[in-house]
Amino acid sequence: MQKMMQDRARELLSSGKVDRVLGWIEGDFVYDVTPHVFRENDIDQLIYHSFASQNLSKYLVGETKKDGVIAVFLRPCDSYSFVQLLKEHRFDREKVYAIAIPCLGKVDAEDLRAMGIRGITGVTDGKERIILHTLYGDVEKEKSEVIAERCRKCRGVHAPYFDERLGEELTKEPLTDRFEMVEKLEKMTAEERFAFWQDELSRCIRCNACRNVCPACTCEKCVFDNAASGIENKAPASSFEEQNFHIIRAFHVAGRCTDCGQCSRVCPQGIPLHLLNRKFIKDINSCYGEYRAGADLEEKAPLNRFDVDDCEPGDVVGKGE
Amino acid sequence: MQVNEEKFEPTIVAFCCNWCSYAGADLSGTNRLQYPANVKIIRVPCSCRVNPMFILRAFQRGADGVILCGCHPGDCHYTTGNYFTRRRMTLLFSMLEFLGIEKERTRLEWVSAAEGAKFAATMNDFVATVTKLGKNRRLEDLRCKK
Ligand code: SF4
Ligand code: SF4
Ligand code: FES
Repeated sequence: MQKMMQDRARELLSSGKVDRVLGWIEGDFVYDVTPHVFRENDIDQLIYHSFASQNLSKYLVGETKKDGVIAVFLRPCDSYSFVQLLKEHRFDREKVYAIAIPCLGKVDAEDLRAMGIRGITGVTDGKERIILHTLYGDVEKEKSEVIAERCRKCRGVHAPYFDERLGEELTKEPLTDRFEMVEKLEKMTAEERFAFWQDELSRCIRCNACRNVCPACTCEKCVFDNAASGIENKAPASSFEEQNFHIIRAFHVAGRCTDCGQCSRVCPQGIPLHLLNRKFIKDINSCYGEYRAGADLEEKAPLNRFDVDDCEPGDVVGKGE
Repeated sequence: MQVNEEKFEPTIVAFCCNWCSYAGADLSGTNRLQYPANVKIIRVPCSCRVNPMFILRAFQRGADGVILCGCHPGDCHYTTGNYFTRRRMTLLFSMLEFLGIEKERTRLEWVSAAEGAKFAATMNDFVATVTKLGKNRRLEDLRCKK
């Protein structure tokens, strides 16, 4: 796949169809991957494997402000973010050449470390199994054992708004029901839930990484940068502020969050932020009908429309108990 | 002032839309209907003006319960504002509950300008509910307390 992507990118660049290519590059370690804008001279450094986890679509907001056309590789989950950004007119479609690529599911180095797999020097991907080459020898694992949380719910289907497809479409059965944990929390008492969230959220260091990585979070002026908001960028000064930040962050992307899982992936404190987003998604689905952000370019977002006979808050809140 | 430990008096913040609920509150006043003085009314141009931040901020500043009142669905002065309010508040209240804030501490009610009695009854009921729950220790900022 990696070779195929490099070849296609080289072709597009030399034919002049695109001027730049947005993809992934390795750092010092195989699992230390970052997004990178390639040109013809460095295109053979483009990589694609289980550690290429970043969602590239958000970078288009900045990249399309420059001259020329940029090609971007979209995994299935990224394609929804791509459409959502397009729907919100965050970038110029003419300046992007979108290439859909299949994905076998990603793996996080932190998870592997927790399993005792260290010193990773390489990886060989497979559909069912993955081989991790380490300083201490090779480790072979079932994909389902090591795959990242955000990839467990994936069906491998792209949102149909790309220019070409590279490789075959790899649809798959989700490994888990994504609302399982949300439901479990809903069944707890208010005290238990509060304790759970206090435990999780009090670790937040307000680095804002979750906000910065989110492809749904692209306002140029963010409420969290407004010194008058009382919740601006700084270390949390009270427990309230922590919760406030997280409620607002999740609320601002409600109905627009594609459940790409990047927020939980980047959190240095391992806070399960996706549970907040999924709670909103679950409520939206049950109150206003199934909705998937980024699946359709025309459909109005659930908070931008209404029905005269919508339910009242009192009908919904507390139903889980 | 002597604080009576036995009797807890909650602080309630009520956001009322200018065109219906605020007028409803006025009517209940001119009709001399009683509702507790714990209710602090904040007038907003439309229920839709209430940003989720307002609700969170009210809790932060020590509110024990927050209620939002607007025109009945279909009667909003700006035609559709309250329909959007309804969706937003449904999600917000549900999220607060998910974080462990008792659902009884938040409420959305439709009160028209003619419903002075409903306004008073709603407030009495809400204050009673929150009084039973006790102080909201969860969503308040200790720094703001003297
Ligand atoms: S909130 Fe998290 S899961 Fe949702 S779009 Fe943003 S980064 Fe992705
Ligand atoms: S990424 Fe994690 S630590 Fe950083 S602001 Fe978000 S929740 Fe807090
Ligand atoms: S004007 Fe009363 S709810 Fe909009």
